[in-house]
Amino acid sequence: MTSAPARDVPAEPRPPALRPVELARWSWRQLTSMRTALVLLFLLALAAVPGSLVPQRSVDAARVAQFAAAHPTLSPWYERFSLYAVYSSPWFSAIYLLLFVSLVGCVLPRSRAHLSASLARPPKAPRNLGRLPVHRSASVAEPSADVLARAEKLLRSKHFRVQVADGAVSAEKGYLRETGNLVFHLSMLLLLVAVALGHLYGFKANVLLVEGESFSDTVTAFDTYTPGPLASPSSLPPFTVSLDTLSVTYQTDGQQRGAPRDFRAAVRYTSSPGSPSRSFDLQVNHPLQVDGTKVFLLGHGYAPVFTVKDKSGAIVSQGPVPFLPRDGNLTSSGVVKVNGTTPQLGFDGVFLPTAVLDRTAGPVSVYPGLLLPRAVLSAYRGDLGVDGGIPQSVYSLDKRSMVQVRAEDGRFLVQSLAPGATMTLPSGESITFDGVRQWTSLQIARDPGIVPALVAAMLALAGLMLSLFVRRRRVWVRAGPDDDGRTLIEVAGLARTDGEASESLAGEVGEFADALVGAPGPPDGQSIDDTRGAR
Amino acid sequence: MSPATTASISNDLLYSAMVVYALAMYFFAAELAFGSPRRSRGVNAVTDSEVRELAAVGAMSSYADSSASPASSEAVPAVGRRGDKASRLGRMAVSVTVLAFLLHLAAVVARGVAVSRPPWGNMFEFSTAGSLAVTGVFLVVLGRKPIRYLGTFVVFPVLLTLGLAVTVLYTEAAQLVPALKSVWLVIHVTAAMIAAGIFTLGFAQSVCYLVQERRERVPAAERGASFMDRLPAAAVLDRSAYRMHAFAYPIWTFAVIAGAIWAENAWGRYWGWDPKETWAFITWMVYTAYLHARATAGWKGRKAAYLALLGYSTFLFNYLVVNIWLVGFHSYAGVR
Ligand code: HEM
Repeated sequence: MTSAPARDVPAEPRPPALRPVELARWSWRQLTSMRTALVLLFLLALAAVPGSLVPQRSVDAARVAQFAAAHPTLSPWYERFSLYAVYSSPWFSAIYLLLFVSLVGCVLPRSRAHLSASLARPPKAPRNLGRLPVHRSASVAEPSADVLARAEKLLRSKHFRVQVADGAVSAEKGYLRETGNLVFHLSMLLLLVAVALGHLYGFKANVLLVEGESFSDTVTAFDTYTPGPLASPSSLPPFTVSLDTLSVTYQTDGQQRGAPRDFRAAVRYTSSPGSPSRSFDLQVNHPLQVDGTKVFLLGHGYAPVFTVKDKSGAIVSQGPVPFLPRDGNLTSSGVVKVNGTTPQLGFDGVFLPTAVLDRTAGPVSVYPGLLLPRAVLSAYRGDLGVDGGIPQSVYSLDKRSMVQVRAEDGRFLVQSLAPGATMTLPSGESITFDGVRQWTSLQIARDPGIVPALVAAMLALAGLMLSLFVRRRRVWVRAGPDDDGRTLIEVAGLARTDGEASESLAGEVGEFADALVGAPGPPDGQSIDDTRGAR
Repeated sequence: MSPATTASISNDLLYSAMVVYALAMYFFAAELAFGSPRRSRGVNAVTDSEVRELAAVGAMSSYADSSASPASSEAVPAVGRRGDKASRLGRMAVSVTVLAFLLHLAAVVARGVAVSRPPWGNMFEFSTAGSLAVTGVFLVVLGRKPIRYLGTFVVFPVLLTLGLAVTVLYTEAAQLVPALKSVWLVIHVTAAMIAAGIFTLGFAQSVCYLVQERRERVPAAERGASFMDRLPAAAVLDRSAYRMHAFAYPIWTFAVIAGAIWAENAWGRYWGWDPKETWAFITWMVYTAYLHARATAGWKGRKAAYLALLGYSTFLFNYLVVNIWLVGFHSYAGVR
């Protein structure tokens, strides 16, 4: 843009002899130069690359752990350079912060310049209009004052800004181009603020919910809770959600057999204690929204229901136990922990919705739907290690103080149970596989930055369109007496937009000249001399 | 008609389109090979003093640059018989391309009918629909601007993409995983494909520009004859490439925003630095750098054009490498 011509001046190659103030001024000028902006934009693109190649903690923490275990020498170096968290790393942050500082330093002076340019009048007509790239002249009988008055009116009606001086009309339009450019750059700043807002005040939580169960929106009910640094748990809206049924359908044939096709959860929720409960059809692209907090459907799996009885036949544990899926066909694993018996019991299990006993891979599921459900269990007795107060995973057994139970023939006791079947330990305890329920994992999230981010994005888009598609141009009209006592009209135009071929401007100036002369083509006594180049 | 029959009709249409595309490419190439050099683009005698006066009234500096370039004032011999024959070849090439486009369009529509949804849910479908967008954009622009010279450079990648689609990427007609059932997916992918189509044209023009620019550095008298003579002058190519990119950029920006809205709806976060998102961002950033380079002293022209090529490579990387090899939430490739 010409309103910032200084941007095009090559930067001084080396700092001049420096006092601190000069150094600061020099650095600022360097930082806000177009060249630096270019380098920073490019660096930001480059810096984003490693995060797509190295597993990221924020995307998939389990893969990071896996990767770290597989690369013990490399991993500490990755840690040192924040390669597992590229997008919050000091170096990535440094680049975008510098870019935004540069942006402020660039946009503020340009806004000021644009403001004064918008208030100023279009520049006076150059002496020789014939030298401008688009130029037309004609001779008419009308007095020049009338011609100029008509030109002024015509240009104003075409939304040009107009100034009349020294027998010529100067006009300019397309100021919105620069306005759009500034709006675009400023909305990038707004976007940054919105992202920061979400990061600081938002939270994200996960909860696993079995059919027939419910949870309330409190920190203790969540399986994981990641608040922003400034989010307060007391601000969680007090809603409860209960899951009635989950229905999942799968592709039943072809190449993609077993891929999930439809996935919906019938839930009921109350938005605050005591308020009436409402039902909602929760789907993957259809989150539940309560008070600015959203509940999303993420994943699903099976929770086999077990009943465990002690030697006397009394029930010591009963209910659904969520198992975690291991593959696309929902071969799932989990454990049942029973601490109401002495010694304590633990069951290590694999649940198969459609079971097949593979000679090499052991029991696997071949389809994610419940066609032939089986629970394969082995039993342990001893100390579960749950009494020490140390938090433990509910999906694995701590087998350090447990021994695996053997059958009477001396081999490890392992049984594959159909629904309703029971496995009895030699010592008399029993476990019954009663049936299966499904569970769904929900993500509960609030991001107060979403609306500002959306606004910023829309503003950016609008500004961008103006900035790229509005054409800025100047038009001059001069009228004065020629040698024959008639009025010579000259019309000239100038495109001020990079990359614009002047054909369109030539067309516009031509039409304008025609309109001014009063008719398309030269009627009697009028001659139009078209001297525009073929550029 | 059963979905399976419709899908197989779609495949037949696609193969027919490929044959016709191949024919179109042959005609385009023949036009370049046998055609005559471009006509004179009109002589521009802007003198130094005029350049200075232009600058004084606020002309862009690049305005003066391009008018001073040797190419635009280079007069070329008039067109003879050869030229007529070549331009007949060119017109035939365009007609054949239109036919190929219609077959291609029919294939995509049939696929959509077979799967009862917009047919861009996996890599195969994305490739066929995306290359359709490339041809479509080419034909639309061709209606307004003289860009027939780009024909070979457009039809060839389209044919290559289709070849890849029907061999490596082929996926049976099937429903979508739940996360992909969203209007925002349709909006996001449509915008991305249109932007990609336009970027492809811009990319082709930037490549032509770089070759032409190098050629023009040799004085006209010493240059050997080449089909490059039939392409516009470097300055013209540079300007159209810029306009093509400037047109695609906001559409790409919109595609990224629509993707973010979709992600927010499906997963509860609008941006998560998943590899797919990351590479969309990288592409966006490189093209941003390209637009800035065009306005930066010392970066106009060649260096800016290299940025444009880089931008397109990041786009290709996202489409080919990320979709297939890098794991992420967006695992919709359907390639096994
Ligand atoms: C987040 C960072 C940035 C983004 C996404 C961005 C994006 C853009 C885009 C898309 C354009 C093209 C619109 C047009 O041509 O009018 C543009 C133009 C421009 N940008 Fe930026 N920009 C960023 C940072 C900066 C910075 C830091 C500076 C200054 C140092 C700057 C200065 C300019 C200028 C002067 C133009 C006008 C170029 C022309 O005349 O064509 N931008 N920017």
